[in-house]
Amino acid sequence: MAGELVLLDFWPSPFGMRSRIALAEKGIPYEYREEDLRNKSDLLLQMNPVHKKIPVLIHNGKPVCESVIQVQYIDEVWHDKAPLIPSDPYQRAVARFWVDFIDKKIYELGSKIWKTKGEEQANAKKEFIECLKLLEGELGDKTYFGGESLGYVDVALVPFYSWFYAYEKCGDFSIEAECPKMIAWVKRCMQKESVAKSLPDQEKVYEFILQLKKVFGIE
Amino acid sequence: MSKAKLVILDCWVSPFCMRVKIALNEKGLEYEAQAEDLFGGKSELLLSSNPIYKKVPVFLHDGKPLCESSIIVNYIDETWSSPPLLPPCSYGRAQARFWADFIDKKVFDACGNIWRSKGEVPVEAKKEFIEILKQLEEALGDKDYFIGTTFGFVDIILIPLTSWFFAVEKIGGFTVEAECPKFSNWMKRCLQRESVAKVVPPPEKVYEFVLMFRKMQGID
Repeated sequence: MAGELVLLDFWPSPFGMRSRIALAEKGIPYEYREEDLRNKSDLLLQMNPVHKKIPVLIHNGKPVCESVIQVQYIDEVWHDKAPLIPSDPYQRAVARFWVDFIDKKIYELGSKIWKTKGEEQANAKKEFIECLKLLEGELGDKTYFGGESLGYVDVALVPFYSWFYAYEKCGDFSIEAECPKMIAWVKRCMQKESVAKSLPDQEKVYEFILQLKKVFGIE
Repeated sequence: MSKAKLVILDCWVSPFCMRVKIALNEKGLEYEAQAEDLFGGKSELLLSSNPIYKKVPVFLHDGKPLCESSIIVNYIDETWSSPPLLPPCSYGRAQARFWADFIDKKVFDACGNIWRSKGEVPVEAKKEFIEILKQLEEALGDKDYFIGTTFGFVDIILIPLTSWFFAVEKIGGFTVEAECPKFSNWMKRCLQRESVAKVVPPPEKVYEFVLMFRKMQGID
């Protein structure tokens, strides 16, 4: 069933990290291929002609694009180990809602924090914290969003932790001070090998952001 | 609160609400559509069931709320399995979800760039809209429906948005039929289905609504 699996990815991408975590949770071997986004490979352009973006999961030569779709696909195909998506349809719909919320808010607000200054940045920080607090509310007293084990929402959200240090430095604020429950949850996730191995070092991501700021001419 | 088991908090012109109603019709399910007045004042039920976005549609199954139309359609398909709206195999489902995601990211915004424009409609806006339809035409290929021979998930996600195309055509000064005839044929095929015809309003009515909305927003 494993067949040939290739993940076209880019090391700081939180979206790529989602698929890395899902594959690691299930112990599925795959080939990781690093893409240079300034010089995209023919394979990437052929496998994702519509968006031309990473990550792309290639299973027996057939592409699956979009990280949330990849995680669902991985969970369905390798359903016998470490299930990520709830089996109850209502719980599944609720999990999808929160993953969709994360997709709509976290990346864009985070980007505004490192790309902008002044009032725009202040508004982005405020809304970012509000979103994290809503997620804290959803987590409640559970160990993970998925309950006792890592689930779909955990996999979708935890990659952004690797960008938190960069957001904090650029925005001059502390996420832990504002959302301690969120950071406590992150630390629990990071104790899992599948997560720790899939996330890059936060300092490395910060250096990458500083490079990007230089390239885009952002102060 | 209604005693009905299935309730949708609805707005007649919302393509997102139409998706849910079509899915329910396809499954032969009885439901109650509660019209929300999005301009006059949203109901307490809407605000409490969808506190994050405060938007329609909200689907209530025995009082338990679900939000976001694509998620609701997925839920309906998983809860009432016949007839299936998604393909049986995992890869087919991934493909269907990809196109639903593409449609969600692109189509309504591209429509908005045309019908919301003040004065002359920018050429790039028209170009982008047609380009998106051509990409969808390519995905459709020679099939009757997006994922094969039967009406399904992707068709349900897309067909309601086409009820706004007449308004886009009138304001943009072009026709979908002339630019994308294959797409136009797919539209007609879907609109013949009872589940769709019962739900999708006449395009002229949507156009009237768009004109009224433009006046309200000071665009006209």
